[in-house]
Amino acid sequence: MSNAPVDHGRRRFLTIATSVVGGVGAIGAAVPFIASWNPSERAKQAGAAVTADISKLEDGQLIRVEWRGKPVWIVKRTPAMLESLTKAVDKLRDPASEEPQQPDYAKNDHRSKKPEIFVAVGICTHLGCSPTYIMKDFDAQVEGIPSGFFCPCHGSTYDMAGRVFSGVPAPKNLMIPPYMFVDDTTILIGEDEGTA
Amino acid sequence: MFKNFMSWIEYRMPFMEKMNLHVMQYPAPKNFNFWYFFGSLAMLVLVNQILTGIWLTMNFVPTSDGAFASVEYIMRDVDYGWLLRYMHSTGASAFFVVVYLHMLRGMMYGSYQKPRELLWIFGMLIFLVLMAEAFMGYLLPWGQMSFWGAQVIISIFGVIPVIGDDLTLWIRGDYVISGATLNRFFALHVIALPLVLVVLVFLHIIALHEVGSNNPDGIDVKRPNDGQKIEDNVSDKFTFHEYFTKGGKKIIVDAIPFHPYYTVKDIVGVVGFLIIFCWVIFFAPEGGGFFLEPPNFEPANPMKTPDHIAPVWYFTPFYAILRAVPDQLFGAIFMFLAIIFLALLPWLDRCPVRSIRYRSNLHKANLIMFCISFVVLGVLGVLPATPTYTLLAQIFSFTYFAYFGLLWFYSKNEKTKPLPVRLS
Repeated sequence: MSNAPVDHGRRRFLTIATSVVGGVGAIGAAVPFIASWNPSERAKQAGAAVTADISKLEDGQLIRVEWRGKPVWIVKRTPAMLESLTKAVDKLRDPASEEPQQPDYAKNDHRSKKPEIFVAVGICTHLGCSPTYIMKDFDAQVEGIPSGFFCPCHGSTYDMAGRVFSGVPAPKNLMIPPYMFVDDTTILIGEDEGTA
Repeated sequence: MFKNFMSWIEYRMPFMEKMNLHVMQYPAPKNFNFWYFFGSLAMLVLVNQILTGIWLTMNFVPTSDGAFASVEYIMRDVDYGWLLRYMHSTGASAFFVVVYLHMLRGMMYGSYQKPRELLWIFGMLIFLVLMAEAFMGYLLPWGQMSFWGAQVIISIFGVIPVIGDDLTLWIRGDYVISGATLNRFFALHVIALPLVLVVLVFLHIIALHEVGSNNPDGIDVKRPNDGQKIEDNVSDKFTFHEYFTKGGKKIIVDAIPFHPYYTVKDIVGVVGFLIIFCWVIFFAPEGGGFFLEPPNFEPANPMKTPDHIAPVWYFTPFYAILRAVPDQLFGAIFMFLAIIFLALLPWLDRCPVRSIRYRSNLHKANLIMFCISFVVLGVLGVLPATPTYTLLAQIFSFTYFAYFGLLWFYSKNEKTKPLPVRLS
């Protein structure tokens, strides 16, 4: 033991330096605990965006792709179908898409990015059945509307923009997933410019 | 023989010393009324929750495939499983009943005022952890309301600008509420939060015993000892721990030892509580659809939204405030402020008089209005949000917050009644 006087400046420096290094170590040690709460690789895989080729889609045709375990519809609407969207606005429950059932870019009259291409989650908002696409003869359900979606489970009806008609059990319009056009013929479902 | 054993212990660990300090020789004011039951009742319910909770984990399966079925299995096939589960689910509601009454007691008698600020803060932390604990526990049966209630509550974090979406993803551990969410909520519900809760309760009691219990008169029972004899002082008959008398520097007036006087009194409270508690467990375990909501008897189904989503009753006052504000972000902010303001009461109340008995009529009216607002908001939070109900929720949210604003304003120069010298 030396009897040299205590160098307080040195002692304080060492105390602070040790605390800082220890603090950095504690933060580092917290990383695995916090990061382990992120979605696992399996969850990420199951929830990944899917691409769909729409080059061969014909007028009026509907194709289904699976995204996060749900059927997603892609429909190429004909000019007549687009025209029919304005015909029965007063019969719709939420014609202006006030409920947050779509990304902001689909909160318009045709509920889509490109007017003719309609993308929606094909799950009835009532009890989760998948409605049937009725290309012709939808008049039988809603007068004056030639085509739309009809849920066979409890008779809910939606127009060609997935907007629910009033007086049916379903409470909300069909859900529109986030999506983006990678090019003219490819759609990426589950991601858009905002999240990519 | 026993005495030798005890002194053997005492030499190595101050067991009797600490028992004397906190129980046998702890001076408690002699005038506690029934409002003072709720602290000990909260501890009783905590023990009930821990005990029944441990037993429930023995048969519960924390996976999205197994959770709902395992709860049904507990209810139908496990011997007394139904009783353990009903004790746990009714206990959750009972916890909030006694905690809300305990908090109201503190507000009535000014128990948060100096020097009990930190005690009050610990109480508020317990309240917050309790809400997290109840929320996570409600997801575990994996019923429809479990799923959709959690959906609504987690989405509240989504309104935080910039980080909101990533934060909700991090909380869920998946793009939707899934087995990953269930599993982590289970871990937090049965291990992490109960540990935090027990530590906070310990700190709450240590802080209480340091500053001493308040009482319905709101005056101190420990006074500086000026050598003068105090007439008719019941405390003269008892020995109190020297920690409280500070070696004769303080004199204790109108206080009695916690044990046996308040242990026995609390047992009366426990009996009364258990009569009601058992009646609910045996005759109304679903609490009229408020303790266990009807949609929760159906397994969680991400494809099907229930017609009306309402949180369990003890969250509804805050939920009503959330919905009353048209903007989502501000709604969430006001909901949190509703709790923050409660925590700030020690600094918002600037009146030197603690108890409502000696405070102004304005203060009494203000507190009554606050209670009415809280109850009305609670009712509105259960109901669907129609325009009329939303307007009512806005009015009563305003009166809820007005309590704190008015209190801060008038408490500085409040016209109070003279305080008594001794406990009544």
